[in-house]
Amino acid sequence: MQQIELTVNGKRASFMAEPRLLLVHALRDYLGLTGTHVGCDTSSCGACTVLIDGVSAKSCTVFAVQAAGHDVTTIEGIGNADALHPMQDAFWEKHGLQCGYCTPGMIVSAVDLLQRNPNPSDAEIRAGLEGNVCRCTGYENIVKAVRTAAAALRENRPRRAVRDIEPLTPPVEEPPPSGEAIIPEQLQETKA
Amino acid sequence: MAFTAMVGARIRRREDPRLITGRATYVDDVKQVGTVYAAFVRSPYGHAKVRSVDASAANDDPNVLAVYTGHELHHAHGVKSSMPVAHKMADLETPPHYMLALDEVRFVGEPVAVVIANSPYAARDAVEAVAVEYEELPVVVDPLEALEGAPYVHESLGTNVAFTMPFKAGDPDKAFAEADVVVKQRMINQRLAPVPIEPRSMLASWDAGMQQLTIYSATQIPHLLRTQLAVVLGLPENRIRAIAPEVGGGFGAKLNVYAEEAVIGWASMQLERPVKYIETRSECFQAMIHGRDQVDDLEIAAKNDGTIVGLRVRIVGNLGAYHQLLTPVIPTLTLLMSCGCYRIDNIAGEVIGVFTNTMSTDAYRGAGRPEATYFVERLMDMVAQKLNMDPAEVRRKNFIPASAFPHTTATGLTYDSGSYESTMDKALKLADYAGLRKRQEELRRQGRLLGIGLSTYVEVCGMGPSAAMPAAGWDSATIRVEPTGSITVLTGVSPHGQGEETTFAQLVADELGVPIDQVTVVHGDTDKVQYGVGTFGSRGTAVGGAALKLAIESIQAKAIKIAAHQWEANPDDLEYRDGKIQVKGDPSKTLSTAEAGFLAFMGDKLPPGLEPGLDATRRFEPPNFVFPFGTHVCVVEIDAQTGEVKVEKYYAVDDCGRLLNPMIAEGQLHGGIAQGLAQALYEEVVYDENGQLVTGTLMDYAIPHAEQVPHYELDHTVTPTDVNPLGLKGIGEAGTIGSTPAVANAVIDALAPFGVAHLDMPLRPEKLWAAMHAGISGNGSVR
Amino acid sequence: MIPASFEYVKAGSVGDALRLLAEHGDGAKILAGGHSLIPMMKLRLATPSVLVDIAGIPQLDRVSVGGSRVTIGALTKHATLAASEALRDAAPVLWDAANQLGDPQVRNRGTIGGAAAHGDPSADYPAVLLALDATFTVAGRDGERDVKAADFFQGMFATALGAGELVTRIAFDAAPRSAYVKYHHPASHYAVVGVAAVLAADGPRVAVTGVGDSAFRARGVERALQGVAFDDAQAVAAACAGTARGVDARSDTFASAAYRTAMADVFAARAVTQAASR
Repeated sequence: MQQIELTVNGKRASFMAEPRLLLVHALRDYLGLTGTHVGCDTSSCGACTVLIDGVSAKSCTVFAVQAAGHDVTTIEGIGNADALHPMQDAFWEKHGLQCGYCTPGMIVSAVDLLQRNPNPSDAEIRAGLEGNVCRCTGYENIVKAVRTAAAALRENRPRRAVRDIEPLTPPVEEPPPSGEAIIPEQLQETKA
Repeated sequence: MAFTAMVGARIRRREDPRLITGRATYVDDVKQVGTVYAAFVRSPYGHAKVRSVDASAANDDPNVLAVYTGHELHHAHGVKSSMPVAHKMADLETPPHYMLALDEVRFVGEPVAVVIANSPYAARDAVEAVAVEYEELPVVVDPLEALEGAPYVHESLGTNVAFTMPFKAGDPDKAFAEADVVVKQRMINQRLAPVPIEPRSMLASWDAGMQQLTIYSATQIPHLLRTQLAVVLGLPENRIRAIAPEVGGGFGAKLNVYAEEAVIGWASMQLERPVKYIETRSECFQAMIHGRDQVDDLEIAAKNDGTIVGLRVRIVGNLGAYHQLLTPVIPTLTLLMSCGCYRIDNIAGEVIGVFTNTMSTDAYRGAGRPEATYFVERLMDMVAQKLNMDPAEVRRKNFIPASAFPHTTATGLTYDSGSYESTMDKALKLADYAGLRKRQEELRRQGRLLGIGLSTYVEVCGMGPSAAMPAAGWDSATIRVEPTGSITVLTGVSPHGQGEETTFAQLVADELGVPIDQVTVVHGDTDKVQYGVGTFGSRGTAVGGAALKLAIESIQAKAIKIAAHQWEANPDDLEYRDGKIQVKGDPSKTLSTAEAGFLAFMGDKLPPGLEPGLDATRRFEPPNFVFPFGTHVCVVEIDAQTGEVKVEKYYAVDDCGRLLNPMIAEGQLHGGIAQGLAQALYEEVVYDENGQLVTGTLMDYAIPHAEQVPHYELDHTVTPTDVNPLGLKGIGEAGTIGSTPAVANAVIDALAPFGVAHLDMPLRPEKLWAAMHAGISGNGSVR
Repeated sequence: MIPASFEYVKAGSVGDALRLLAEHGDGAKILAGGHSLIPMMKLRLATPSVLVDIAGIPQLDRVSVGGSRVTIGALTKHATLAASEALRDAAPVLWDAANQLGDPQVRNRGTIGGAAAHGDPSADYPAVLLALDATFTVAGRDGERDVKAADFFQGMFATALGAGELVTRIAFDAAPRSAYVKYHHPASHYAVVGVAAVLAADGPRVAVTGVGDSAFRARGVERALQGVAFDDAQAVAAACAGTARGVDARSDTFASAAYRTAMADVFAARAVTQAASR
C-alpha cells in the first residue's frame, strides 16, 4: 500500500492504495467519481477516458500511482448542470447519446480532439474518435455534436446551465427530408 | 402555443442532463456499505466432466468470504437450481441448466463456482486460486455436425436436436414444378455478440430483518427478473425488489435472466451482505447470450417475369448448450417472417434447433427477423441476377399491394398496414437510384467496383399479443396527478436508451395540458412501478406507450366528471381540448388537469360516488403485432487490390407510423443501421473446433468505430396502424433488420462482374479478394 | 480485468533504473507509458513482481534533429512524434506510423521505447525502424551499447534487450523520402500488414510488419526496386511482387497467411509510391 496524491477536477485527492489499483477504480471507488465507466479489459472501448494533464488517456490502462502528482479531469470536472461544457450541451442538443454509458468517455475524447483540431472535418472527427466505441448511436449524431461544439467553442459561446435550456427548448418544425440540420444553428443564439 | 406541439417535436431528451455530466447511476455506481464482490470460476473447456473443485487455497485467503460450487447451490434449501426458460413449444427438449455446473460443463465460460471476497481485486485473485479438475469430452460447435449425431452436448438426450418444426402452406411442389427458374442457395447467418458497452452488472442485497432481497441489475426486464428469481430462489415474489437503474445498452442481451443473477442473490442471503458482480468484457463475450447463428437452406421459384411462386426454407438454428429465456423461439420467428414484404403463397419450411458446445443464442436486436429479411432480400437479388432484371423491379413485381392490408401471409401473420412500393419509390428517388446505376456503369468501365444494394424489409414487432408470446405480451402504465399538479408516470416498460422518459412526457404534456417539466416518468423498479413486461421487441412505445394512452384517457374521463360537478354540467357535454377541459366547442371557460387533480385531492368537491384522487393504472393487450417497413439503399466501393469495402452512401426511408419525437426515432435508426451493417461487414463470433472462443475480446471482435460507418441519409413515410391507439409501430430494431441485406446486396452487386452470386457474411476483405482473384462464380460460399 | 499484485518503484535517472532492475532481478519490468505492458498484466499474461517506473526520467522524451541525424528519446510519446513538424520533414515514415498507431488516447500515453521493446509482431514501429536502419542505444550495468534495428528485433515478443537493460535513445539518418502505410485491423488497430519504405541515397529500404513472427526487411524487393521509375505504377508493383517471400506468414480470423502475403505486395507498392511522392 502506498499514499497516492493527485489533483482531480481541480481538487487535491489523497488515498492509500495498492500499486496495482487502476486509475479508473481509484476515481470510481476511492473518490466517488462514478461518471467514468469501464467497458472492456483490453484498452479498446474508451469508456474510461479522462484527461491527464489536459490530454486524453484511458484510465483503465494507467495505475493510480502513475497519476500521482498529476492533474486528472473526469467527466464530472468537464462540466456540470450549472455550467455545461459546450461539448456536453452539443451532445444533448444533437441527441449524441442513447444509453449514455460510453458518453462520458466520448465527450472527454471529443474535448481532447478539439484541443488538437478546433475546426475538424467530419472525417477528422470520426478519425479522432477511434479510441472510443458507441453501440447505440451509429455515431451519426456524435459527429454532429462534435461539429456543433466546435463552432460553439470557436465562437466562445458562454456555458449554459441545464435549467436555462430545458424549459426554453421550443418544439422545432420538421427538418428537410435529408435528415440533416435537425435544429438550426441560429437557434443556439436565440436560446443563449 | 397549441398543446399539440410536444408530440412530433424534436425536443431534447429529458434523461440526458444526468448522462452527459457523469451523474447518472448505473449498477456499478450503486455503493452500499458492507458490499462484497463476486467473481466466477468459469470453464476453460467447451465440454468436460468436472472431476473436482478444490477451493482450499482460495478459502485460506483472509479476503475471501466464501466459495460456492454447483452442488452446494443445488442442495440448498428452497433453491431450484435449474434456470427457467420461457416458451410454449410442444416437444421441446429442455435439459437442465444449472446455475453453477454440477458435474459437466458444456461451453467455454460456463460458471463452475463463485468466489465472494472483500474487494473485486481480491475476488479476481481468488478465482485463480480455485483448482478445478476437468476431464475433457468431445466437442461439437458446428450446428450441421451436431445434427448428424454424436458427440452429444447432453448425453442423456441421445440427440443434439432440441426441436423440429415443419411447416407447409399452399402447394410448394407444384409451384416449383411450374416455375421458370429456381435459385438454390445455402446462406449462413453468422453468430454475433451483442456487446452493450456496459457488461452484465448486478448487486444483490438481502435484508435479513425485512426478509427482502433487492437486486439491482442491468436488465431490460426487471419484473420478469423478479418473477424468475422468486421461482428459482424459492422466495415469495413480493419479497423481491428488482431495480434496473441506468442501463448501458441491452440489444436483447439483457432480455434474459442469467444464472449469475440468481447466484449472487442466493449468496447475499447466505452472507447477509450486499454482493456485487460486474462481469469483465472477456466474460461478457463468453457468457452473455449471442445472437443469430443459423444455417438456412433456401430455394426460391420464379416465373420469367420475376413473379415469385414458391419458397423452400430449412432453418437450422444453433441454440448453444442450453436454453436461455427465449433461445428456441428465435429461429421460429425467422420462419414466420420468411415471406418478407412479398406475396408468396407456396412455402415449405422446417426449423430445427440444435444444441452445440457454445454459449446460448437468444434475442439480439432483431431476433429472428434479420435472418429472414437477409435471406429473402438476398434471394430477390439472386432472382434478379438470374433473370437479368433490376432488383427494384423484381421487388415491385412481388410486393403485397397497399390495397391488400390487412394482409395475412402464408406463414399466418396478419400484417397490419403497409405501403411498400411508395416507400421504395421514395428511397429510390432520395438515392437517385437511376443516377447511381449510371455511375456504376461508368466506374465499371474504369475497372472500379461500385455496388448498389437494396433492401425492402418488413418486420414484426411491438411484441406482442399475449397469445403469441412466450410470456405475457401486454404492458402497463400508471398516471398520478399529484396534489400540486405535477404528473407522475409509472411505466411497465424499462427503457435503457430509447428515450421514453421524453416521449412519454411529450404525450402526457400534450394530452393532459401540463408543461413538460411537470411530468416525471418513472421506470425500472418493481417496488415503485406496477407489473410491466419490459423493453424489447420494439415494444416500448407500441405497447407501453399504448398503455399510457389508455391511462391518459382514464384520467381525462375522471377529470371531466370533476369539472362537470364544478360547473353543474353534464359530463357528456364536456371535452378535453388543447389539454384542458371545456364545454364542447366553447373555450371561454376551462379547467386544467392540475386543477381537477387538486379538487380530487381535496376530496370535498367531488360528485357523489366518485372516489378522491386523480390517478389511473391501465394495461394494454395488443390485438396484433405491428409491422414497420422500409427501403434501404446502400452504395459501396470495393478496393480491387485488397477487397476492403467502403460504404459511400446510405439511404433509408422507413415507416413506423406516427412519430412521437422524430429525433429519437432517427437515433434508433442510426444505431440500428450501424449494427446491421456491422453484421454484413465486420462482426463474427468464432469458436474453434475445440470450442475455444477465438473472438473473446474487443481486440478480436470488430464492433464498428466511427470511421467504419457512413453518414446516413434518412427520410420516412407515415402509414398509421390501428393495432394500438397511438397509430405507431416500433422502430428499435427496424434499422438493423433493414440494413444487413442492403449492405450485403451492395457488396455482391459490386462483385457481379466477377460472376459472384453469393458470399456469406461477414463480407471481410479477404473473402472478397479471394472471390475476385479466384473468379468464383457463386453458388457456394467462400470461407 | 485486474492485474496481479506487484511492487512499484520509481526511477529518477537511467542509472537509478538500472540499479533497481538489478536489485529486483528477473521479476522486474520497466514501466514507461504502460500501453504495451498494462494490457498484458490485466489479462494476467504478464505478472511482474516489480515495476520500475521510468516515466519521470528527464531528457528522454524529445525529438532532436541535428543536421541529417535524428535522435529520439525512448520516452517520447507517440503523440509527440505525431505532432512533430521536424519529424514530418526529416522522417515522414515515422511520423506516419506515429499518427496511425493505436488511437489518440494510446498515442497520448505510449512511448516509442516501450512499443519497440515490446517486440509485438503486429506493431508499427519495428517496420519503420528497420527501414530507417535505426540504431538503438541500450543502457545496461556495463554502460551503453548500440544495437542496429536489424539485430534488435529477434522474433515474436523477442528483442535483443537483455534482462537489466533498457532502451534510452533511437537514432537514424534523416529520410525525407519515406512513408509508412498500414492495413488497420478493424478491431485492434494493430497492423494486419504495415510497410515502411525509405528511399535513401544508397538505395531503397522496405520493411514489413504484421505478416510474420517479426518485422523484416524485404531485401528482394529492395533489389528489384533499384533503377525502377517510381512514377511507373506497374513497374513498382512488379518490383514489389513477393514482398513476403520466404516469410512464414501468420493466420488469424481476419486474415489468412495467403492474404497477408498478398497484401504485403500491395502495401509495399503503396508505401514506395507514397515515399517517392515526397
